[in-house]
Amino acid sequence: MEKTVKFTIDGVEITAKAGQTIMQAADEAGIYIPRLCYMNELKPHGSCRVCTVMVNGNPQAACTQPVAEGTVVKSETEKIQASRRDIVDMLFVEGNHFCMVCEKSGNCELQAMAYRLGICAPKYPYLFPKLDVDGSHPDIFIDRNRCILCGRCVEASQDIDGKGVFEFVGRGQEKRVAVNAEAKLADTNMEVTDKAADVCPVGAIIKKRVGFAVPVGERLYDKEPIGSDIERKKNGKT
Amino acid sequence: MDNKLEQAVKQICDECGNDRTRIMDIVIALQKSQGCVSSQAMDLIAKQVNAHRVEVEGVVSFYAFLSKDPKGKVVIRVCTDVVDRMKGVNEVGQAFQAELGIGLGETTEDGNITLEHTPCIGMCDQAPAALINDEVFTNLSEDKAKAIVQALKKDADPKKISIELGDGNNANELVKSEVKNNICKKGEIIFADNESGAGLKKALELAPADVIKEIKESKLRGRGGAGFPTGLKWDFASKAEGDQKYVLCNADEGEPGTFKDRVLLTERYDLLFEGMTITGYAIGANAGVIYLRGEYAYLRAFLENKLVERRDKNLLGKNVLGKDGFDFDIRIQMGAGAYVCGEETALISSCEGMRGDPKNRPPFPAQKGYLGCPTVVNNVETLSIVTRIMEKGAAWFTGIGTEASAGTKILSISGDCEAPGVYEFPIGIKIEDLLKEVKAENAQAVLIGGPAGQIISATEFNRYICFDDLATGGAIVIFGAQRNILEIVNEYMDFFIEENCGYCTPCRVGNVLLKQRLEKIISGKGEKADLDYLQDLGDSVILTSRCGLGQTSPNPILTTLKNFRSLYEGLIKVEKDIMEPTFDVKAALNDAETVAERQSVIY
Repeated sequence: MEKTVKFTIDGVEITAKAGQTIMQAADEAGIYIPRLCYMNELKPHGSCRVCTVMVNGNPQAACTQPVAEGTVVKSETEKIQASRRDIVDMLFVEGNHFCMVCEKSGNCELQAMAYRLGICAPKYPYLFPKLDVDGSHPDIFIDRNRCILCGRCVEASQDIDGKGVFEFVGRGQEKRVAVNAEAKLADTNMEVTDKAADVCPVGAIIKKRVGFAVPVGERLYDKEPIGSDIERKKNGKT
Repeated sequence: MDNKLEQAVKQICDECGNDRTRIMDIVIALQKSQGCVSSQAMDLIAKQVNAHRVEVEGVVSFYAFLSKDPKGKVVIRVCTDVVDRMKGVNEVGQAFQAELGIGLGETTEDGNITLEHTPCIGMCDQAPAALINDEVFTNLSEDKAKAIVQALKKDADPKKISIELGDGNNANELVKSEVKNNICKKGEIIFADNESGAGLKKALELAPADVIKEIKESKLRGRGGAGFPTGLKWDFASKAEGDQKYVLCNADEGEPGTFKDRVLLTERYDLLFEGMTITGYAIGANAGVIYLRGEYAYLRAFLENKLVERRDKNLLGKNVLGKDGFDFDIRIQMGAGAYVCGEETALISSCEGMRGDPKNRPPFPAQKGYLGCPTVVNNVETLSIVTRIMEKGAAWFTGIGTEASAGTKILSISGDCEAPGVYEFPIGIKIEDLLKEVKAENAQAVLIGGPAGQIISATEFNRYICFDDLATGGAIVIFGAQRNILEIVNEYMDFFIEENCGYCTPCRVGNVLLKQRLEKIISGKGEKADLDYLQDLGDSVILTSRCGLGQTSPNPILTTLKNFRSLYEGLIKVEKDIMEPTFDVKAALNDAETVAERQSVIY
């Protein structure tokens, strides 16, 4: 029999498998911890910090922190929710996000997270960085204005596609996702069927010619908030 | 394809065993011989070590001393740390620019000389200072800058510029530097006379577990700043599973205002090498790596030579000092200009030939560190102390310092004082006494532990340096009454913005936003609400950042908001009514008024 671990999230007792992260255990229990860079099939990146929770009073990223017997995890406290809003605000102002004209609108995890956390407009001033776009590839478009540096494309291309098309370059404010070529995506071996073409949480890597196949109003987060799929598990149980 | 470049890349990669974990060594060597790591070179390296080209680009673009675009044969890096500015580096920088006829970040037309700025190079006790290629030039003046440029124009080899050699090993044939040690106070542990090899001999007479026990009993805590119990860290690594284990020495002191490891590396290298060997014996490691910051490259040949001497004496190598089955050797890994690599997991990433990003924890390095193996990472000072504890015993060590904080602490003291330099005090010294000792009269503020630490005001000079009160890695900067504290805070925020890795959101973006709002206040446009904004944003950055850099970067602002609040309050706009205007209407109308060619009727 598998070893189990008992701990609580916001007072709810959870039984998890030893070796799971707090995020995995919470997901299985139907408790949604807000997240942006995390994606089920990929190694946790731990970079966006939206999933920060207090573990026995210390801040930790739920996506990288393993469960431990008897720990007390706090997630939906006023302070943590405020910090999550701060982080989402930061992601909005450090890029150039124009939801009203973005074809990802409605399917965008950043936009959906802002709505879930009750953000109507960022409280920080926009930084208006000058970022570039790359339309060189016949089937895929890169718009770095919308990139939130979550690392999903880097990992998916490396670990799932076995290609290594993407990697981070620069540091600090100058950090960008670059492609495995002098400059253009067209000069890499990226294909539209790659996993890396499917993982972007925002509109930074999008497939050409299918942007409006699903009309606005009928998209993933148009009908229910992000995280509802996970929370349904809990509702189904009770 | 450029044939010469191809050959150069192939040779360097072959020398590094075409090992992708040695990419740092490869790109540093190439930068030195070619003046850059060009796009072509990246392709060639990638092919040679079986990596993706963009991975090589990721590494090159991460470190300040590496570049894709060609630089001059000579690169002058003027240190623009806060202390250097206090000592007149702005004028020195102007003199360099005038004499070279170029601005910062530019290269002379003949392609010979590039002028840049760099954060703290560990010379605050002899500021202003600059790096010229690997050589260090200190106590710069406008005249000295001019003379240096003239010498470089005649012969583009900074080694040939005439200098007065520094004291001690700075004058060694393999160092030949004008750096001075400035050892102002010798304590009982690090700077006391010791018998080389005695600590190691004693350790090897014990079982490894007993060496760990001795270190635990000494209550030694890490000297890098975090203060983690050293014996406990070793215990974890010793018990972790793995055939191969490593000892890493963090010689990447980059905290602005620190320079004590520079002096230890110059004069007390034997204590360090021996401490690493003892650590290796204790945890069951046979290899050690010293991560030497790029700014201290001038010490590399000297240190390599000292390692050779130790191998000759069987203090390193196979069956160390005749101890059957205990092999241990040390290699030096160069850094290339990245403060964040002082964070232990970032340091490991860099040693592995990657971008200097910190890693997710757990697993901790003691479980899974360098190349996935159990690894102990300790600071230069900590490892040097280990040697002395083994030589003299844990009881001797706990007899020094305070009950909770045993031993001495080496402090790097600079700024507005008459005697800047390196001081070894028993832990527990009062700030007041410290200021007397370094002859600092009229101090308005003291920075304890560098910008990642705290800025305290005169009302707190009765506090103590120890793990329970003012804990510090050792960087102490004194600011006299004439200094503008908020301008200093602003410069430290520049440092964190320039040096953060960009991996996590709060640190990458939050520091930029903090600085922006601080500047608004400094420019006289601040409002009362901006003080809360700084506090809340700073708290969020500390709470959610992934590593120690972001968890401390708001400190210059947050500690002055607390200790120098009146400075902020004196600058914010006085409310004329309940409204707190957030922007300058007149300035916002500027463009429109220009286009309309008339003044606004309302405003």
